[in-house]
Amino acid sequence: MSAKKETLGKTVGIVVAVCLACSIVVSSSAVGLRSLQQSNAALDKKTNILSAAGLIEMASNKKEIQEVFASRVEEKFIDLATGQYVDKPSEDFDMYKAAKDPDFMVRVEGSNVGFQRRSSVANVYHVKDEAGEIARIILPVHGSGLWDLMYGFLALDNDGQTIRELIYYQHKETPGLGAEIQNPAWQDKWDGKKIFGVDGSVEIAVKKGVKAGDVYAVDALSGATLTSNGVQNTLQYWAGENGFGTYLKNQSWKS
Amino acid sequence: MADTKEMKKALFGPIIDSNPIALHVLGICSALAITTKLETALVMSLALTSVCAFSNLFISMIRNHIPSSVRIIVQMTIIASLVIVVDQILKAYSYEISKQLSVFVGLIITNCIVMGRAEAYAMKSPPMMSLLDGIGNGLGYSFILIVIGTIKELFGFGTILGFEILPLVQNGGWYQGNGLLILPFSSFILIGLMIWAIRTIRPEQVEPKE
Repeated sequence: MSAKKETLGKTVGIVVAVCLACSIVVSSSAVGLRSLQQSNAALDKKTNILSAAGLIEMASNKKEIQEVFASRVEEKFIDLATGQYVDKPSEDFDMYKAAKDPDFMVRVEGSNVGFQRRSSVANVYHVKDEAGEIARIILPVHGSGLWDLMYGFLALDNDGQTIRELIYYQHKETPGLGAEIQNPAWQDKWDGKKIFGVDGSVEIAVKKGVKAGDVYAVDALSGATLTSNGVQNTLQYWAGENGFGTYLKNQSWKS
Repeated sequence: MADTKEMKKALFGPIIDSNPIALHVLGICSALAITTKLETALVMSLALTSVCAFSNLFISMIRNHIPSSVRIIVQMTIIASLVIVVDQILKAYSYEISKQLSVFVGLIITNCIVMGRAEAYAMKSPPMMSLLDGIGNGLGYSFILIVIGTIKELFGFGTILGFEILPLVQNGGWYQGNGLLILPFSSFILIGLMIWAIRTIRPEQVEPKE
């Protein structure tokens, strides 16, 4: 028996059979559970938008998250080049997928943000206060960290200048070092910082040894220089004129 | 066919008598990292137990056909597939916990307990016994994780499964949470103490002096 099962044919046969069986199991579980996972991921995204909106205390379960999101948050689409609002390009529009779509693709040049293409249309979220006035603007931002792209939401006051939150929801940074971008203590440091300097350029920086009261700088994460640089590059790009800069300066939401 | 006594031994033996963590000192990495809260410890235990049980079962079912030259690769393929399935199920049914466990679910693949039982037991034993052995070892791992998770959560955060037991000073109570117990390395000390306790009760587990 043992002599027979060591032949080349048998070995290859067993390996192929095992791989085939395993791949069927894995792919059927992945396909079968995809819709549930997607709804979880969508809910997670809404939860993160609500935390960026500062409304997360109002919602404690799935149903409340959906309700608060529906009543207080509005998704809008803008053309990044002009900063003007546009209609939703298609029913299932996703600005991260659209970056690969020839109709929307824009090349990214002269930036170390970490990706080569972005969509020409981006979604933003308006957060309304109880009276229905726009209180905050939430912008989706992404850029490369140490290991991979980091995706987050930047929440600004309606002056288009003051940062309220920077919430990262998807990244692969090192737990305990770079992943501290999700630490509430670090997230709190962003509250009240300003993006643009007096001359209108992007002034916000993530750096070492920030003086108290400096509204243009946030303390870098210790032991995570490359992640901190990634956050810096991300903001530099997305607040700049290639990103949301035009939109933020036009303040299109006020008209 | 195995008799009841042997089956009992395979199922309950690994909890105290041959505990994979306490006696063999395997699977320490995940035991250190995810025992800060009882809830994550429970989910991790469940995940490891199911992976260990089914990998033992499937490997034992085809053990007579696995060529020994590629046996580790075949075992790894089966274990990895099971881990992916568990990960997918966690993502679908308890997204929050799967985010907390993050890489540690994936790392079940390299957990020495699963590999160790597959190689040491399932390759030589019939499927039913291997299944029981897998469950048993999963239970042994779970036992340590649950004890440590309970101690850490109770004295570190003053809660059990999120319910307040010892009201914390921050919340107007009297208990000052022990910050040391929240850190992963405190499980190192706790596991050490548990091994000491088990070996005091069962002196036959102490290795002879070299």
